[in-house]
Amino acid sequence: MHASAISRTSPASKLKAGTACYNEILAAGEPWIHEIKTGQVFRIVAMGGSQAVDTLFFSAWDTSERYSAQDTILAQRNIYIKIGTRLMSNLGRPMLTVVSDSFGLHDTLTGSCAAESNQVRYSLDKRHMHNCRSNFLAAMASWRSSIDKRDLSPNINFFLHAPVTPEGELTFADGISEPGRYVEMRAEMDVIALISACPQLNNSCNGYHPTPIRLMIWDI
Amino acid sequence: MTDEALTGLLWEETIQAGASWTHVLKRGTSLRITALEDGANAPAIFFNADCPVERYSMPDTLKAQHIAHLTGGFVLYSDMGRILCSITEDTCGWHDLVGGHNTATSVQDRFGTQRFQEHHNAFYRNTRDNFLMELANWGLGLRDLSANVNFFSKVQVDTDGNLTYIPGNSKAGDYVELRAEMNVLMVLDTGQHPLDPAPQYAPAAVRVAVKRNAADSAVDACRMACPENTRGFINTERYFL
Repeated sequence: MHASAISRTSPASKLKAGTACYNEILAAGEPWIHEIKTGQVFRIVAMGGSQAVDTLFFSAWDTSERYSAQDTILAQRNIYIKIGTRLMSNLGRPMLTVVSDSFGLHDTLTGSCAAESNQVRYSLDKRHMHNCRSNFLAAMASWRSSIDKRDLSPNINFFLHAPVTPEGELTFADGISEPGRYVEMRAEMDVIALISACPQLNNSCNGYHPTPIRLMIWDI
Repeated sequence: MTDEALTGLLWEETIQAGASWTHVLKRGTSLRITALEDGANAPAIFFNADCPVERYSMPDTLKAQHIAHLTGGFVLYSDMGRILCSITEDTCGWHDLVGGHNTATSVQDRFGTQRFQEHHNAFYRNTRDNFLMELANWGLGLRDLSANVNFFSKVQVDTDGNLTYIPGNSKAGDYVELRAEMNVLMVLDTGQHPLDPAPQYAPAAVRVAVKRNAADSAVDACRMACPENTRGFINTERYFL
């Protein structure tokens, strides 16, 4: 992993697995959608390491209010999601706050993979490959309230580091991160979390070997 | 403007400071945006006019070209693997892709309130509300509002990820030219950049000129900029077959 990503992690979380009210493993490459209530703490664990977790949040009460990458970047004047970051909605309200983190600098500029962007980035014959947007669309279609492709916008990639240079270039510093890295967020409003355990096999964001993630929620 | 630059000109008009503008830029035409004052900023959003659920994708634009800024030779990608617009000309070298736009709250917090009742059309406007008002005319709204581009503005990212607004990136007379590769519903605003430290509410007007393109060329700087763009152009061409 990129050296600058390591130095910004927080002290270890004090939350114990045994007290979690939700504790499930999401198989590699699969979607997940779940409500998180105000005040609950939500943890994502990259069980196998080197695993991007594409994540979006919506207000549970009005899904047109949603996580906004540009509003989050603007509010903290910094492009990375890290300890202390308030994840801002498109209405300028904090949705969740990052309260514990053992990874470093997470990405929110490079979005999710999709069949069509895989064609552009890798080869026109890659359209068949499983991808995060397919996961997002499937999970949204299964949800009780109406959310669909219109509601997708630039997401967070937990456990992915994509530095921008002062010259305005985008780089990727995927490298290898060890198993068990986690990020923890406190919900500041009732939110719907939408996740894709990234199934990308065309680049090193998952170490060419997508692995399961653990999703945990605590009532505080 | 030179005679050559005027070739194919369909019309031009001024977008007043603080105001916004919408146009469906047709495939086969180009739009030149010219700053009329130093330090102008022109926030813009883009959709496939024929199916607006397809829209500008900041992430795909960045990833395909390994960029975090825009200048001549780069393109704007949709979220469907197609190219909405190519940047065929640019005199200022950097347009911001990450900084976002101002809102009623951020304008009021920085500059106070100036209402229509007392000030008529000099009232304080903001980019978010202008975008939403323009989108509403097309049956679109908050759900459709994703990332925007800020033409003429430069925001630099340091090694820690911090943003710095670089003043003086554009001067009056600087221009950028967008060649439509699809029929593009484009909303253009003139609100100040949200990171511009200017102490006053002082948006700047821009001039827009719509032109018919000269004959297409397969050997094109934007198309040949990287293999990703070549594939993006192929995807775009197939959409129109």
